Amino acid sequence: MAALLAVPVLAVLVMIQSAVLSNIPLLHGTTDLVLVALLAWALQKRVRTAWFWAIIGGLLVGYVSALPFGAVLAGYLLAVGLAILLKQRIWQVPILAMLVATFFGTLLVNLVVITALRIVDTPLSFWEAINLVTLPSVLLNLLVAIPFYALFSDLANWLYPEPLET
Amino acid sequence: MRSTQLRSIQSIVLALVVIGLIILALGGYLAPLTRVALGPLISAQTWLFTRYQAIQNVVNSPQDLIRLRQRNSELEVQVSDLQAEIIDLKQQLTETRILSALVDFARVHPENRYVAVSVIGRDPSPFAKYVIMNRGSDDGLRRGMPVVTAQGLVGRITAITAKAGRVQLITDPDSSVNVRLEGSEAQAVLRGSLTGELTLEMIPQSANVQAGDLVLTSGLGGNYPANLLVGQVTTVRGKETDLFKTAAVQPIVDFSNLEILLIIVNFQPIDIEPLIPSPAP
Repeated sequence: MAALLAVPVLAVLVMIQSAVLSNIPLLHGTTDLVLVALLAWALQKRVRTAWFWAIIGGLLVGYVSALPFGAVLAGYLLAVGLAILLKQRIWQVPILAMLVATFFGTLLVNLVVITALRIVDTPLSFWEAINLVTLPSVLLNLLVAIPFYALFSDLANWLYPEPLET
Repeated sequence: MRSTQLRSIQSIVLALVVIGLIILALGGYLAPLTRVALGPLISAQTWLFTRYQAIQNVVNSPQDLIRLRQRNSELEVQVSDLQAEIIDLKQQLTETRILSALVDFARVHPENRYVAVSVIGRDPSPFAKYVIMNRGSDDGLRRGMPVVTAQGLVGRITAITAKAGRVQLITDPDSSVNVRLEGSEAQAVLRGSLTGELTLEMIPQSANVQAGDLVLTSGLGGNYPANLLVGQVTTVRGKETDLFKTAAVQPIVDFSNLEILLIIVNFQPIDIEPLIPSPAP
């Protein structure tokens, strides 16, 4: 059930990102709702379907976006891997883990996308991309990180209720 | 006998005084006196009536307040409905204006056939300058078809499904359009960038390019029809020792505000890749 929920939840987030948030840039960066959702989901204690959600999210965004296919998927998988690692290290302070995961996750995804674009010979200045797209995107993602963590925490508690101690 | 006479005299005198007072009053001679006498009475009357009104308002105000609040709520609902209707009508007016401009554009270029589409989203990634439209192959659209607005060139369709499609804008970093400059007839290549700025590259050094020159598609390469307006040159850069000059171009289309686009459906993009000689090994 949790795995299947990935499709409608991430599809709605992709639609909101495409129809609304892509029209509200900061410099030239935009919020990546799907990435923040994947990181928030991966950091939940009892969640074991983070990789599946990352694959669904990467495929959905890869289908809609004109970026090289697989670039977004690879970026999301790396970001979710980082989140799972952080969950094991900073498990006592999940909010801090969410902020750290969002910061480094956004950097990772953007670096993977920039690398993929340069491999396909898209003329792109690396430092211009970092300054004008990546850093503003990091800031925007950090703004929505905490609310998303709270939302997905509720979702995780609903799907995986805490077992009663007998 | 004497008392009867006295009483009669008193009555006559009283009657004469009253008649006299009436005559004086009718003549207006008693006005100052009545003014002085009635003043306090009128003040007392006013005070009494004001207090009565205050008491009446206190007694009636709960009913009035309830009635006023109900009426206020009804009016607020009406205002909300009317505001929603205004927003709807303004949106329709904007769409009508855009469609009217597109119809005028189609009349000016009767050699082309157009299909109008609406923009329903943008690429989720900030690295790609694409828009998503609400029509696809079911409406006769194909990959490679040029996309314009009433102002000028927007881009071309790069991906299509049955009901939707993706348009690469000319501001995309991966976009390149063969153009010519109206003043000097020089040929150049227009490229997009990450910031959405347009740059003319490979302008021959001998070309006389100036700010204000119009940039139009040249039709070379077969990707776009010729003579579609793209923008206007703003600055020219280049040293004499360089092979080519470059120039910045202000696009004629407002890419941050795309709503309705026209697809040129009777233009077939030409694939010239087989004609390009491959380098010798």
